Parts: sequence; C-alpha cells; structure tokens
Amino acid sequence: MIWNKEMECMSRDKMTELQSERLVKLVNYVYNNVEFYKKKMQAIGLKPSDIKGVEDLYKLPFTTKDDLRDNYPFGLFAVPKSKIVRVHASSGTTGKATVVGYTKNDIEAWAECVARCFSMAGISNDDIIQVAYGYGLFTGGLGAHYGAEKIGAMTVPMSTGNSKKLITMMTDFQATAIACTPSYLLHLSELIKEEDLLSTIKLKTAICGAEPWTEEMRKQIESSLNISAFDIYGLSEVMGPGVACDCKYHKGLHICEDHFLPEIVDSKTKQPLGDNQLGELVFTTLTKEGLPLIRYNTKDLTEMYHGTCDCGRTSVRIGKFKGRADDMLIIRGVNVFPSQIEAALVGLEEVSAHYHIIVDRINNLDTLEIQVEVKEEYFTDEIRSIETLTKKIAHAVNQALGLNAKIKLVEPKSLTRFEGKSVHVTDKRKLY
Amino acid sequence: MVAKQLSVFIENRQGRLGEVLAVLKENGVNILSLSLADTTEYGLLRLIVNDSQLGKEMLSKEGFSTIVSDVLVVKIDHKCGSLQGLLTILSKENINVEYMYGLSLDGDQASVVIKTSHPEKAMEILKAQKISTLTNEDLKDM
Repeated sequence: MIWNKEMECMSRDKMTELQSERLVKLVNYVYNNVEFYKKKMQAIGLKPSDIKGVEDLYKLPFTTKDDLRDNYPFGLFAVPKSKIVRVHASSGTTGKATVVGYTKNDIEAWAECVARCFSMAGISNDDIIQVAYGYGLFTGGLGAHYGAEKIGAMTVPMSTGNSKKLITMMTDFQATAIACTPSYLLHLSELIKEEDLLSTIKLKTAICGAEPWTEEMRKQIESSLNISAFDIYGLSEVMGPGVACDCKYHKGLHICEDHFLPEIVDSKTKQPLGDNQLGELVFTTLTKEGLPLIRYNTKDLTEMYHGTCDCGRTSVRIGKFKGRADDMLIIRGVNVFPSQIEAALVGLEEVSAHYHIIVDRINNLDTLEIQVEVKEEYFTDEIRSIETLTKKIAHAVNQALGLNAKIKLVEPKSLTRFEGKSVHVTDKRKLY
Repeated sequence: MVAKQLSVFIENRQGRLGEVLAVLKENGVNILSLSLADTTEYGLLRLIVNDSQLGKEMLSKEGFSTIVSDVLVVKIDHKCGSLQGLLTILSKENINVEYMYGLSLDGDQASVVIKTSHPEKAMEILKAQKISTLTNEDLKDM
C-alpha cells in the first residue's frame, strides 16, 4: 500500500517544482532565524535571493556534525525554545552529544514519513508491531512508535534489553511485525529456534535499521523466520528513522524527498554527482522547523538513482550503503566515534593515551573490546585491584558511549604507536 | 624485615611467560618460589627471587609492567597443622591474607609467602610469637 500517493508517486517535474518552492522558503527561513546560517552565507556573499530553486542548491555551504557540536546544545534551532516539544540526542565526535529539536509540526511530519515507510513494508492497522529499538534519547524507539501509531497498528513499545519478554509477548500477542536492528533480529531468531517457537509465532514483517546490513543478511533473516524484512534508514540530525525505506522489490531505499532533499557528493571534491555514482549522502531538510539543516553531510557512502520503481513510486532511491566517509562505527545500533572512547580514557590517570578498539559480531550481536595500556606506576600485585581498575575503565566508557565494552588490559607499550593518523579500530564484521 | 616480592603483568599470549623467565635467566636472577594467578585475560606472575630490584630493572627495561611489594616469608615446621596455627595467630589480630603460596626449604623446614593487609604489623606479631621469617638478605644467599 502507498501511504501518500500524491507525494510518493509525484511526477519528476512536479517534485522538482515542490522542492524548489520549499527550498527557497527554507533558505529565507534559516537566514532570518539562525545566526549560524546567516553568517555562513554572508561569508561567501550569498543572499537568500540567489537561491531560486533546487538547481542552485550547490551554491549553499555544507553543514557538518562539527557545526552541531560547536552550537551545542540549541544554537542551530530556528524557533524559540517554547516551540520545541521534543529533543533527542545522538553521539557527538567528542564528549558532547549532538542535540536535535522538534516542533509539533516536525513530530507530525516525522510520523508521516515513518508511516510511509511502514506502509511500504506492508504494515497496516491490522498489524501488531513490537518496537524493539531503544526508547529515550535515541530516535529509533519513539520515531518508529509514532509512525506505527499513525498507521493505526497496535504498537507495543518493547524498547531494548529483554529478549525473553519480547519473545513471550511476540507469541502471546501474536505479533505480526517487529522494528529492530537486523543483527538483533537474527539473534532473536536463534532464541526463537532454541525455544522451538518458530511454529507458534505469527511474525510476517520486520523493519530493520539503525545499522548497515547486507542483502545476504536480509535473506538470512527472511529464511530463518519465514518473514519479509525491510531496510529503513534515517539519522537523528535529519530527523530519525523514516528518511528512507525499501519496498518489496528491494531495489533501493525510497527517500521521502518532499521532506528531505538528497544529493550525492564526491568524497574528495564535494561536487554533486549524478545518478549511480558513489559518494557521500547529503540532505537538506525541506520542511523542518525546529532544526532545519542545509546540505548536511551524513558521511554515509552510497549512490542515488531516479526512475519509477516497480512498486509505482517515483521517489528517488539510494542504494545499499558502501561504508562511511569518517571513522564512525555503528555498534548494536549505537553510533560510536573512536574519539569518544579516547576522550573517556584521557580522563583516567591510570591508563596511557594509547588504545585499540576491536569490533566483532559473535552470535549476531556486536561486541566491543577496548585494549588499554595501564601505566606501570598503577600496576599492582593484586588481582582485586586490577579488576577494580578494569571496572572503572568500563564504567567511564559506558558513561561516554551508552554501551558496554569489554576492557582488556594489555602490557605497557604493547599497542602499536602511529606516526601521523592513528588507526585505532579493527572491525571484523562484514557490514557492507 | 619484610621480604620483597617481584610481580609481573603478563598478557595471555603464547610464549610470554617464557620471555619473562628468559630475562631473569640472562641476568642471573634466581627464582626461589613463584605463583601464577591467571584470569581469562591476563596472568599475574609473583616471584620470590634472590634479587628483586635487579629483576625489576631488567624486566622494566624489556617493557614489562612490574612492581616490588612487601610480603612475609614465614618459616614453619614441615608438619600437619603448622600453617593453620600461623593463620590463627594472624586472624586473631585482624590481619587479612590477600594471597599466599609455598616456598620449600631443606629438611623438615618449609615456608610460606604471605601478602597481608598490614605487613609491618604482621611482622611484629610474628616476632612477638618468636616465629622466624626470611629477609631479603636471607633470600640473596639462596
């Protein structure tokens, strides 16, 4: 089913016209309401009137995650705080989180986008959906929740952390759909098989996102649970889940482009690229009031293509992600920058500034190990003291990331020293 | 006088223990007793050697984390119940044993290496009870 046929199946000419109209309005809006954008445009001698349509988009300066950090927490909001009804936060590159704010209209538009995505996956008001993304500062839980409610589905806010209860309710409620990370769903499928519940569950659809996954993984999920699985994409800066989703033909993710104007830019030159060319995905939010973004670089690497899909939608699509243009890791759906770990370790006098991160996937769950060198003067002859130190480091990392990491103490000077740019991460997973 | 114990942090990887022993051998540091505490991630090698300071210097130079700490090396009779008697004395004075291991002596004498919560106080108690301990000087000649 197509939730919003008018927007999702609009002709290219009409869509371009709509986007142009919204872009012109947006540029005037941010120029007059956000000091940061005004200064940035003035610095390059750009006036709002220079932007007459999407063809002028490339003239606008990019916005980055660092800009959000520099204006922490509310510096880029375009409305007074009294108009903001919700904030979410995601990982920043250092200790500070990236904070995003939503007006009432933003929350409504977000629910609309998620509703389109869920409809794309065939979910309707007849479904019972378990939302097993984290509820809280992370956009996954509440974002999916509002979309599911908008569709009218019976929405079960499971959040994360209790697989046993989730499976019990999946069985008892006869849940037909689930929204969670793909790796977690694979983990669940093993638990379901172990408990011999495969024949009693009624699950038919899964909306998976918050981390990259491969086509092979989708097929594995579908065959192990005998369901259809769909890929939903989003990021909190732009809105949250619901920016794009794939339909049953799985030929790329349809972008809600009346709300989010996408571009692919060359990694080196930052010049816009045409269809089917790999580059960095950039979004300009066309309707957001709280935190409008001009040419926000997601650093996700993919390609884009136009054309009418077999499902009838005309919306532009993005391909599977091919990696990241920065060193961000996605671990159990949580965005992690090595610099966050570094900042946490630097705050502890017992350890050296050298560390190594090992990410793996064991039994379909991501594992994070951090190898840390303890300074010799803090070494003791008692296991108990060493364990206490290990726990202290683990706690500091958990506070910084919101993730449990296994801390492995290693001998001093045993970690590789780097000249110039350090390589701190070994990622053993096959994500792309 | 308490005795000095040399402890070395060892990552759980093949051959690492052998490397520690090689450093000691090359520098003529003789091991009188040892205990290896192992966890899943690392090991803690505790050694009583004839020259703990030399051992520490040489191992540090090779990049090992080491520490020299105070322990008691207490002489006991090599017979049933003597260790229990010793621990009773310490326990009565509220001295906790953090860990311990044996060190064999010739004949009918044995000894135990004990890390306690209060090494100096424990020493005084043992002295008062006329229980003899080995000092670093004693260890040098062994």
